Amino acid sequence: MSAVTINEGSLREIMNHPDTLAVAPEAPSKPRPTPFFQTERGQALLESTGAFLKNALAPVLGLALFVLLWQIVSLKSGNLPGPLKTWESAQALFADPFYDKGPNDKGIGWNILASLYRVGAGFGLAALVGIPLGFMIGRFKFLAGMTSPIISLLRPVSPLAWLPIGLYVFKETEPASLWVIFISSIWPIILNTAAGVARVPQDYLNVARVLCLSEWKIFTRILFPSVLPHLMTGIRLSMGVAWLVIVAAEMLTGGTGLGFWVWDEWNNLNVEHILIAIFIVGVVGLLLEQGLMLVAKRFNYE
Amino acid sequence: MNSYLQIENAKMVFDTKKGKFIALTDVNLNVNQGEFIALIGHSGCGKSTLLNLVAGLTDPTSGVLLLGNREIKGPGSDRAVVFQNHSLLPWLTCYGNVHLAVEKVFGAKENKARLKERTLAALDLVGLNHAVHKLPGEISGGMKQRVGIARALAMEPKVLLMDEPFGALDALTRAGLQDELMRIVQETHATTLMVTHDVDEAVLLSDRIVMMTNGPAATIGEILEVDLPRPRNRLKLAEDPHYHHLRGQVLEFLYQKHLKKAA
Repeated sequence: MSAVTINEGSLREIMNHPDTLAVAPEAPSKPRPTPFFQTERGQALLESTGAFLKNALAPVLGLALFVLLWQIVSLKSGNLPGPLKTWESAQALFADPFYDKGPNDKGIGWNILASLYRVGAGFGLAALVGIPLGFMIGRFKFLAGMTSPIISLLRPVSPLAWLPIGLYVFKETEPASLWVIFISSIWPIILNTAAGVARVPQDYLNVARVLCLSEWKIFTRILFPSVLPHLMTGIRLSMGVAWLVIVAAEMLTGGTGLGFWVWDEWNNLNVEHILIAIFIVGVVGLLLEQGLMLVAKRFNYE
Repeated sequence: MNSYLQIENAKMVFDTKKGKFIALTDVNLNVNQGEFIALIGHSGCGKSTLLNLVAGLTDPTSGVLLLGNREIKGPGSDRAVVFQNHSLLPWLTCYGNVHLAVEKVFGAKENKARLKERTLAALDLVGLNHAVHKLPGEISGGMKQRVGIARALAMEPKVLLMDEPFGALDALTRAGLQDELMRIVQETHATTLMVTHDVDEAVLLSDRIVMMTNGPAATIGEILEVDLPRPRNRLKLAEDPHYHHLRGQVLEFLYQKHLKKAA
């Protein structure tokens, strides 16, 4: 027992005593830092993550459903490889993308690069010819009248119909496939450039006239910047066409490239690889498109 | 002595799908050097057509236009145009837009530093030195129109042609720019032709108001002398009975003598 006895009354007295109260509040401490997710930055992060998840939900669900369907179809059909088997096969394939065991047996990386090179070269030639031609057709009505029947006639021709002509003229498969890319991707460039030139706002041309600008200044300061967005649309469309055509052209010409690879794997009856090839063609096409979209955005002034 | 700008029997006929359209006929006007002329009339009365004739953007079907006793043939850097919709090139900055004009007019005779100086001076004149390196898409409508005016003034034109330069702006911005234009014209003594719809604007700014009849075959109906002393102050004018009298005369012309029938 202690010397001091505390009964209920004295306890209350102690508790109510001013000294007691003065000590009782929490020791003065630094203001607690606000939790991260309550700060402005934290809130912003939460919000953007939330928005991202919301936006990602639909595509992810769509893809999941697609894979599920694929699985069901492969189970029902019995011989179409399912997603899992394809995935394993893809892992093995991409483990060593750049091997080279002679002609007809190269890594997937080489085949992708070969296709990209052909598209780049054929499409580059098409741009080199198509852009100036488009400008001239847009600027001079007479030239537009001259070329219009030819373009209308040739444009709807299926790209592969040009392949025999290429093979006959060049006697080799490589320039022949470039020729097919060239001839099938040149039309969107010509037509969009010409439309862009014809659609340069009269206001800008009036400015040019009032300022008495030289033809060269008109071209560099008014015509070209004004046509650029149309030109980019043409380039995007023709790049799309080129990428579509290359797979088909390579199936016929052989040697290297994604198209050749698809056909080769069909001959080997390696269906997983064909499925993988389809994905690769899709993904590369998507990347090309998105890349050009980014470039196009840079040139949009409106 | 002959007037500075002379328009004699100008007639303008356009070929349209429905046949010939007579836009202007029998237009006669003499403008003195340093004079500020407002062209007013209902839409479609050929005000802009007349302005384009002076600018040299179109040639008259018949009649003659003389500037300093020489016939106007095509556009020239002695006449600068401020367009209704500012017509700035969206891929050039404010500086670039003005510099394009400066370079064309003075590039042959002056060095680069001087051209830069001129460009900046013109932008300064319209109070835009803070937005020199902005693109037209990044500035307000009023600022764009200022750049358009700077571009025209930088050419040091003999005649300044303005096609409803403030038409697309809100009332407050418009008033601010009108005051600025009055100051600039006072400083530069430019001969000015301005197309407008706005009666107050016409009375406030001009020395003479050219009132046009309705098209087709529009012509000059009346010319009103605005003999208000300069410098003018819009607040003081608001209480000036003579200002209201002039304003009333323009309104009377537009809404009683030549009321446009509803189409």
